[in-house]
Amino acid sequence: MAQLGIKIHDLEFKNPVTVASGTFGFGEEMAQFVDLNKLGGIFVKGLTLKNREGNDYPRMAETASGMLNAVGLQNKGIDYFTHHIYPNIKDYNTHIIANVNGGTVEEYVELTEKLNELDRVTAIELNISCPNVKAGGMLFGTSCPSAIAVTDAVRKVYDKTLIVKLSPNVTDIAEMARAVEGAGADSISLINTLVGMAIDAEKRKPILSTVTGGLSGPAIKPVALRMVWQCYKSVKIPIFGIGGIMNATDAIEFILAGSSAIQVGTANFIDPTISEKIILGIDEYLNRHKIASVSELIGALEVH
Amino acid sequence: MGHFFMSRTNKIIEDHKVIEVLNPSPGNYFLTLQSPVEIPAILPGNFAEIKVPDAPDVFLRRPFSILDVDYKNRLIRFYVKVIGKGTKKLGELNVGDQVSMIYPLGNSYTLPQPGHKALIVGGGSGIAPFILLGKALIKNSNEVTFLIGGRSKQDVLLINELSSYGAVLITTEDGSLGERGLVTEHSVFRPDKFKFDKIYTCGPDPMMKAVGDLATAAGIDCEASLENMMACGFGICLCCITPTQEGNKRVCWDGPVFNVNYLKWHS
Ligand SMILES: Cc1cc2nc3c(=O)[nH]c(=O)nc-3n(C[C@H](O)[C@H](O)[C@H](O)COP(=O)(O)O)c2cc1C
Ligand code: FES
Repeated sequence: MAQLGIKIHDLEFKNPVTVASGTFGFGEEMAQFVDLNKLGGIFVKGLTLKNREGNDYPRMAETASGMLNAVGLQNKGIDYFTHHIYPNIKDYNTHIIANVNGGTVEEYVELTEKLNELDRVTAIELNISCPNVKAGGMLFGTSCPSAIAVTDAVRKVYDKTLIVKLSPNVTDIAEMARAVEGAGADSISLINTLVGMAIDAEKRKPILSTVTGGLSGPAIKPVALRMVWQCYKSVKIPIFGIGGIMNATDAIEFILAGSSAIQVGTANFIDPTISEKIILGIDEYLNRHKIASVSELIGALEVH
Repeated sequence: MGHFFMSRTNKIIEDHKVIEVLNPSPGNYFLTLQSPVEIPAILPGNFAEIKVPDAPDVFLRRPFSILDVDYKNRLIRFYVKVIGKGTKKLGELNVGDQVSMIYPLGNSYTLPQPGHKALIVGGGSGIAPFILLGKALIKNSNEVTFLIGGRSKQDVLLINELSSYGAVLITTEDGSLGERGLVTEHSVFRPDKFKFDKIYTCGPDPMMKAVGDLATAAGIDCEASLENMMACGFGICLCCITPTQEGNKRVCWDGPVFNVNYLKWHS
């Protein structure tokens, strides 16, 4: 058995395999398929201060090697999470990481302060990249000054590990990564979904109620790999690689490109047990290549 | 509304072997598959998420109502109506092919008091849950009437099987079988005949809404099984929602069966 443990800021992860926000519920629903204790961490469904009903149906369109979603952060709000969900998941032996969303900087700060009181939420992921909400979300993640403003404000009220989730819908991802690193992020995660759309030619109508939505799945993997690699070369903080990871080979590719850990997203919908299989597959790869520890592979891409 | 996994039966994720593919009329298939493990208890209304094999352009699994199950021989049966590339590919399966399936998913229809009379109304792929529902109602000592609608007689399937659980009424839009017209125009809805204690419906949304309205107007309890598009089928993506009296609910997790008065499209 190879050494699978990695470190993100001052947190030890038992392995680099975590699951992406919005693709694993709050963990509870998935406990019937996966031993949650085996995972490196769980990024729970995006949270907001208040209850949000999300966007209208249809919210999903299948695409070539992927899917578009326009869920729009449907969740019951932080107080419901604290009282009804957190007690059910807090005792799992894995990192519970909250995905933090807001329409304004003040909302991000207020939500973070509430999460700070939950001992077993060991880190937060600041989602400044949701393409499916009208206010806030991606607007923060597509301009450096606003990304800095929200990261900086949250940093001031949060001492635990702060991860900032970047949007791929930008011209220069490395510049965004440097901006949030400078504002105090302990880690970055990327990529969130790419804005896309799907059309029903027969009806001459968009398929999603919101017209545009977020593209995920293998279709976005090459873009995600490229962005992880560019960020790896530009910042010192560790990276969570995300985007179209369907198996252990995909995960290894992200680690080679510079990810310290990875998040499995859409793949959970097709095989809810895939995260456990990816852990085993990474171990198998390391043994086959006689590599003692997965950390040796981080950014180990041999260019030329 | 219990929504924690603790209350749910065990799920299986297994490759199943295709045992039989029947094609009674163009675009309609009945698949029988064999599970490598014991089949867990299946309730009427439960569905399976099926991975269409050898179809790189069909990325997500597809949800299908469970038509019937034979626990002793570990057989599970589905009705597949071809509507897109995924269902087309499933119709092309051969005996011996392996198909990955996750089930049982979703909630189920609730049964009325023993002795009560039930009317089950459906059309299209909506007839799929009716065999298990019919069986459960008979076991519960209920009197069952089915009302099945289709465009024409080759769309009206399963009549023989359903008739072993109750009377089968039929409508076709072209009049080739049963009464001519839409299901909701059938004479059973006339006040002198519309005497039931419980209505169940599954099929296209406009049909279910119309059936729900007729039931509500007559003061009869009615449950509808929704067929929304799904990405996961087990409650984690929030793509399959329907508006309800208590906000947006997941059709795959809180449903697919809902009381029509709970649904917002009804009011
Ligand atoms: C249905 C769905 C819901 C999502 N919800 C969230 C969310 O609440 N917060 C978030 O930061 N990302 C969300 N995402 C984005 C994923 O976490 C991930 O960044 C993206 O899907 C790319 O990874 P993948 O290709 O492996 O799915 C969602 C994605 C999907 C498909
Ligand atoms: S299809 Fe994913 S929650 Fe229902």
